[in-house]
Amino acid sequence: MLPNRSDMQKAPIYKMTPTMKIKNQMIQELKTCVSMENVTISYGKQEAVKNIFCDFPNGEVTALIGPSGCGKSTVLRAINRMNDLIDGCTLTGRVLFDGVDLYKPEIDPVEVRRRIGMVFQQPNPFPKSIFENIAFGARVNGYKGNMHDLVEKSLKQAAVWDECKDKLNESGYSLSGGQQQRLCIARTIAIQPDVILMDEPCSALDPISTLKIEETIHELKKQFTIVIVTHNMQQALRVSDKTAFFNAETKKGESGKVGYLVEFNNTEDIFNSPTQKSTQDYVSGRFG
Amino acid sequence: MRGIPVSESETGSFSQRKRSSSEKLLDKSFKAVAISLAATVAFVLFGIFLVVFSGSLESIGRYGTEFLFTSEWNPVTDKYGAFTAIYGTLVTSLLSLLIAVPLGIGTAIFITEDIIPEKARYLIGLMVELLAAIPSVVLGLWAIFIMEPFLRPFFVFLNNNYSWLPFFNTEPLGPGMAPAIIILVIMILPIITSIARDSLNQVPIKLREAAYGVGATRWTAIFNVILPAAISGIAGGVLLALGRAMGETMAVTMIIGNSNNFSWSFFSPGNTIAAMLANQFGEADGSQVSSLMFAALILMTLTLLVNIFAQWMVKKLSLKY
Ligand SMILES: Nc1ncnc2c1ncn2[C@@H]1O[C@H](COP(=O)(O)OP(=O)(O)OP(=O)(O)O)[C@@H](O)[C@H]1O
Ligand SMILES: [Mg+2]
Repeated sequence: MLPNRSDMQKAPIYKMTPTMKIKNQMIQELKTCVSMENVTISYGKQEAVKNIFCDFPNGEVTALIGPSGCGKSTVLRAINRMNDLIDGCTLTGRVLFDGVDLYKPEIDPVEVRRRIGMVFQQPNPFPKSIFENIAFGARVNGYKGNMHDLVEKSLKQAAVWDECKDKLNESGYSLSGGQQQRLCIARTIAIQPDVILMDEPCSALDPISTLKIEETIHELKKQFTIVIVTHNMQQALRVSDKTAFFNAETKKGESGKVGYLVEFNNTEDIFNSPTQKSTQDYVSGRFG
Repeated sequence: MRGIPVSESETGSFSQRKRSSSEKLLDKSFKAVAISLAATVAFVLFGIFLVVFSGSLESIGRYGTEFLFTSEWNPVTDKYGAFTAIYGTLVTSLLSLLIAVPLGIGTAIFITEDIIPEKARYLIGLMVELLAAIPSVVLGLWAIFIMEPFLRPFFVFLNNNYSWLPFFNTEPLGPGMAPAIIILVIMILPIITSIARDSLNQVPIKLREAAYGVGATRWTAIFNVILPAAISGIAGGVLLALGRAMGETMAVTMIIGNSNNFSWSFFSPGNTIAAMLANQFGEADGSQVSSLMFAALILMTLTLLVNIFAQWMVKKLSLKY
C-alpha cells in the first residue's frame, strides 16, 4: 500500500517551530515527493536513459528540459509506471514515492496511476462526450461528489470551459487539438492526484492558452507536486522551481544514444549559473 | 493538352515535374479496368438473383407467403412449405452466434492484452486460425463420430431436467439441430476471433494510455474504452460470421438429420435451407425445383438483409477517434 499523502499534507509541514524537532526527520522526507535512485530504463536491449539520480520536491514544479530524444518522456512515464504498458521496457534502480519503491512487486500500478496523474505529449481524449471524458476518470477513482460541479471546475482550471460549456455532450474529438490537450489536462486535474506529470502540455497551444495553463500550474502547485517536460525555455523559467537538464550522448560501441541527467538545480541557477558547459549552451540556445 | 508551364531552369534535376502522357494514360486505363471488374461482380450477383427469382416464380405463384409458414414438404403429393428449413436456419445460426460471440471476443481480448506472455498468445491465435483451415466435411465427420456421442449425455441431461421447455422436449437420439449448432460454433469462432483481434489491435495505443493514465483497472479499460473503440469492427465480423452460419452446408447437412418434420426441439432432426438445397436438388423435378428455388431466394434475401443490417450497424456504432 502507498502511504496516504492527503493525511500527511494536512500537517502544517512548512511552519516549523524549534519545538517540533521530533518531526524534523519526517518533514525532511516529505520535502521530497518522488525520488529516482540510479534509474536506468531500457527499451529491449537498448538503454534509453542511464543512471538517473533525481529528487522531485514536494509541492513544487520541476521542469525537465533537454534535446529531443534524450529520454525526458521516458523518465516522466517511469514515475507513474506508464512504461509498464510498453512491451520490453525495463527499469532498474529505484523510484521512490514518499519513500516507497514504486517498482516493488507488491505495488499495484493502477494505484500508482491514481496517485500520480499524467498529461500525455499528444492529446488523447476518450472517444466519448466531453463531460464523460472527465467523469470517467473521476468515477474510476471513486469520486462521490457532484459530477457536474467537478466537470465545470476542472474545465475552468484547464482554461477550456468557455469552449466546452455549450457542447458538453459532444465528442471530445469535436474539439481542436489544443482544446483537446486542455481537456486532457482537465481530466487529470479532476482525479486530484498527488503528483501531476505533464509531457509538453503546451506544445500544441497558442500563447494565450499557454499562459492560462501556466497560471493553472501555479495554482495547482499549492495542491499538487508537478513535473513538466517542456521545450520552451521561457516556460521552464516561468513555471518551475527546479529544472533538470537531460542530454544524450553516443556511447562507445553502442549504436543508439543514451540519455543521462546533466544537471539538476534550482531553475534560477540552471539558467543563470549552470555548472556544466552543455547546460549553458542549451539554455542559451547555442545547442545543435 | 497543355499543363502548367514549367520553366527550363526549374526542371533542372527533377525530371518528373511534368507527368508524361503515357503515365496519365496508364492512370486512366487503370481506372477503366477497375470499374469494369467491379461492374462484373455486380452483374454476376444480379444475374444469380434473376435466375433464382425466375426459377421460383411458379412456386411463389402457387404458395405465396404460405410457403414461409407451412412445414409440409412432400414430393409425392407435391405440397411444399419451407418453415422447418427456415426455422432450422434461423435457430442454428442465431444460437451458434450467441455462443460464439462471447467466446470469440473473449479469446480476442485474451490474445491482444498482455495477460499471458507474447509467445503463448501468438500460439493461441495461430491455433484459432488453424481451426478455420479444417475442411467442413472433416468437421462434419468429426461431429458424427466423436462430438455428438461425446455431448449426448449433456443433451440427455437437458432433456431430462428441462423437458417442459419446448426446445428440449424430445429425446436426443443422434443427429439434430443441437450438434449442428455446436459444429457451427466451431466454424464461425475463427472468423469472430480474428476480426475482433484485428479491430482490438487497431485501437490506438494513446487511447489505452489515456485509460490507464487516469487509473483505470485492466477491466475498466477494456470494457469502457478499448472494446467500445473497437466495436464497429467487431460487429462487422460478427455479422460476417452470421452470414457464414446461415449459408454453411456440408457440415450441417451431415449432422442435422435432414428432416422436414417440424419440431421446436433442438434435439430432434431438422433442416436448414442450405442443407435442404444440397440434399434435394439432385433428384428434384417439376414443381419441387421451383420450391427449392424459392427457398434459395429466401436464403439469399436473409443474407442480404443481414449484410445491409451489418453496414448500418457498423456505421452507427463507429466511434470517431
Ligand atoms: N516505445 C518505444 N520503443 C522503443 N524505443 C523508444 C520508445 N519510446 C522511446 N524510445 C527511445 O527512447 C529514447 C528517448 O525517447 P523519449 O520519448 O523519452 O525522448 P524525449 O526526450 O521525450 O524526446 P522529445 O522531446 O522528442 O519528446 C529515444 O531514443 C527513443 O528512440
Ligand atoms: Mg517526449
